[in-house]
Amino acid sequence: MPALAHTVQAKFASQLIATQRYREQETAVIHREGLLPIARWLKSDAAMSFDFLMDISAVDYLKFGRTLSSAPTLKTPSPLPYYMTPKPTAETWQRGVSNDDYRFDVVYHLFSSRHAHRLRLRIPLTSADPVVDSLTGIWASANWYEREIWDMFGIRFTGHPNLRRILLYEEFQGHPLRKDYPINKRQPILKTPANAANSP
Amino acid sequence: MFLNIGPSHPAMHGIIQLIVELDGERVVNSEVEIGYLHRAFEKHSESGPYNNVMPYTDRLNYVSPLINNFGYCLAVERLLGIQATERCQYIRVIMSEISRITDHLTCVGASAMELGAFTVFLYMIKAREWLWELVEAVTGARLTISYGRVGGVKADLPDGFAQRTKRALEDVRKVLLECDALLTRNRIFMDRMQGTGVISKERAVSYGITGPFLRGSGLALDVRKANPYFVYDRFRFDIPTGEHGDNYDRYLVRMEEMEQSMRIVEQALATIPSGPLNVDYQGNVLPADVMVDEAKMGRVAGFKQARVTLDPTLEGSTRGPHDVVNADERRAVLPAKEDTYGNIEGLMNHFKLIMLGHGIRPTPGEHYSAVEGANGEVGFYVMSDGSDRPYRVRVHPPCFPIMSALPELLAGDTVADIVPTFGSVNMIGGELDH
Repeated sequence: MPALAHTVQAKFASQLIATQRYREQETAVIHREGLLPIARWLKSDAAMSFDFLMDISAVDYLKFGRTLSSAPTLKTPSPLPYYMTPKPTAETWQRGVSNDDYRFDVVYHLFSSRHAHRLRLRIPLTSADPVVDSLTGIWASANWYEREIWDMFGIRFTGHPNLRRILLYEEFQGHPLRKDYPINKRQPILKTPANAANSP
Repeated sequence: MFLNIGPSHPAMHGIIQLIVELDGERVVNSEVEIGYLHRAFEKHSESGPYNNVMPYTDRLNYVSPLINNFGYCLAVERLLGIQATERCQYIRVIMSEISRITDHLTCVGASAMELGAFTVFLYMIKAREWLWELVEAVTGARLTISYGRVGGVKADLPDGFAQRTKRALEDVRKVLLECDALLTRNRIFMDRMQGTGVISKERAVSYGITGPFLRGSGLALDVRKANPYFVYDRFRFDIPTGEHGDNYDRYLVRMEEMEQSMRIVEQALATIPSGPLNVDYQGNVLPADVMVDEAKMGRVAGFKQARVTLDPTLEGSTRGPHDVVNADERRAVLPAKEDTYGNIEGLMNHFKLIMLGHGIRPTPGEHYSAVEGANGEVGFYVMSDGSDRPYRVRVHPPCFPIMSALPELLAGDTVADIVPTFGSVNMIGGELDH
C-alpha cells in the first residue's frame, strides 16, 4: 500500500485521481486544481516535510503504446525465445486517466531531506488547455524547471514571473519534446525577415 | 551600468551568457542565459533503443561520465525489475568514486587557476591524469567511455587494477597535500573565497541545490547516505559540511570529499567479491548426445562450448568476466561473445537485443533513479510504454538548479567575485543544456 500517497489521499480525497506504488516509488495523480494546496501542505506538514522540489518534467502521451517497434517495417516484433520471456510481475503500472482525453502529464519529483523519502506527483492535462499553476511561490527551483517545460512541451504555468524559453531561442517555432514534433525538423538559427513574418 | 559576460569568455566554462547590472563595482542584478550547448539529449534518447542512450549520457557531465552511465543503467534496471551482480555493483561504486575525484580536481583546479594559482591547476590536472589512466585501463576510453550497460558493465576490471589504483591514490594524496598547502591558508586565496557567493541553507534547499554546493551551506545531505543505491550502505565514509555557505567552504568540502571518495575506493577494493561464477558447466564441453537430451528438456542455460576463437578487441566480454559483471538476465544483457558466435541460443539472444525493432522491452511504467553525482543529485526519469525505445528520458542535471540560483549568489558581490563564485558552481555545459 502506498503509505505517503495514501496519506495524501486521506487528506485531499476530492483532488486525487489515483495513487500508485510501482518499483518502490510512490505516485499521486491529482487534479490540477489541487496542486497548490497539496504542494503547500506537502512542504509544511511535519510528517511530509518535502523541502526539495527535485525535478519537474512532462510527458506527452500522444503515441504512448502505439509504436511498439523502432523498426519501420516491423509492426509487431516476433515472439521472444522462451529464455528471454519476461518474468511475470505482480506490479502493473497505470496512468490513472485515459491517454486520449489527457495528452500531457506534468510530473513533479519531491524529496524530503528530513525523512529521506520521495514522492511523485502527476497532473494530467488536456491538449486543448495545457495550463497548470506555477509552484514558483513555494519552491524557488520551480522557476527554471517550469520555463524548461514551457520551452519543450508548450505547457503554460499561470503565475510564473518570467515564462520565457530557456534552452531554445525565442524565434524557435513549436515545442520539440512533443511527440508530433519530427526529430529531423530543421529551423533557422537566426531571425530572418521570412522567419520573423511567421512568428507571432 | 550593464556588463555582458560571455557567451564566449575564458571564465565562463563552456558557453553561457551573464548579463550583469552594476552599481560601481557592485553587482546589483544579473541574468543568466543558457542553452548554447543544447543538443536535444532527451529527444534523441527517445528515438532509439534503450542501450543507444548510453553514449549520450557520456556527454552530459563529461568530466565524470561514468556516474551518468550508471545512473541511467540504474533507472532502466529498476524499470525492468532486475539487479546487477554484486561484483558489478562494487565496480560501479569504485568507478563512480574515481570519477568524483576527477571532477572535484577539475573544479578546484580550474577555479584556483582563475584566481591566479596556476601551479595548483597543473598539479591537479597531473593528478587527474593518473586517475584518467585508470579509467582508460578499465573502459578503453578517456572521455566518451560508454562503460555502463543495462544489467552490468561492459567488461571486468583489468589485471592488477587494485595495485595500480592504490599507487595512484597514494600519488593523488600527495598532490592534494601540496595543493592544500598552497591554497587553504593562502591569504590571497582566502580573501577572494571567504564571504563571496554566500547562500543560506534555506535558500539553497528552496532552489533544489544538492551535492557539495548544498553541503557547503551546512546541510549534510548525500544521496549515497539518504537513499543508498548500489552497495554504498556497506562502506564507512563521512559527509563533510561547511558553515558559511561561501566559496571557501565549498572548496573545503570538495577537498574533503576527495579524501572520502578515496576511502570508499580502498574499502571497496578490499572487499570486492570475485562474483558468482557459473561453475556447473564452466569450461566443460558436454558430449553431443548429452547436450541434445538436455536441450530437449530446455536446460540450456549452462551450455558452454568454447569452440570459437575471438578477436582480441572483444577481450573482456568473454565468458568468464562477462558472467561475473553482468546480471543473469537475458532480457537485457547481451550474451558472452563465445555464446554469440558459438551456439544458437546465444546468437538468438544477441539478435533479439541488437536488431532494430527488437531490443530491451520493459513493461510499461516509470522510474526516477537518483545517484550522487560530483555536482549533486543526478536523476534519470525513464518511462517505458512497452516498446524497445524509452518513451521518455528526462535527466535532472545537478548544476541546473545551482545556475538558477546564480543571480542570488552574485548579488551584492563585486565584479571580481563573479569568477570564484561561478567556478565553485562547477557548471558543466553538457548537462546544464541537455
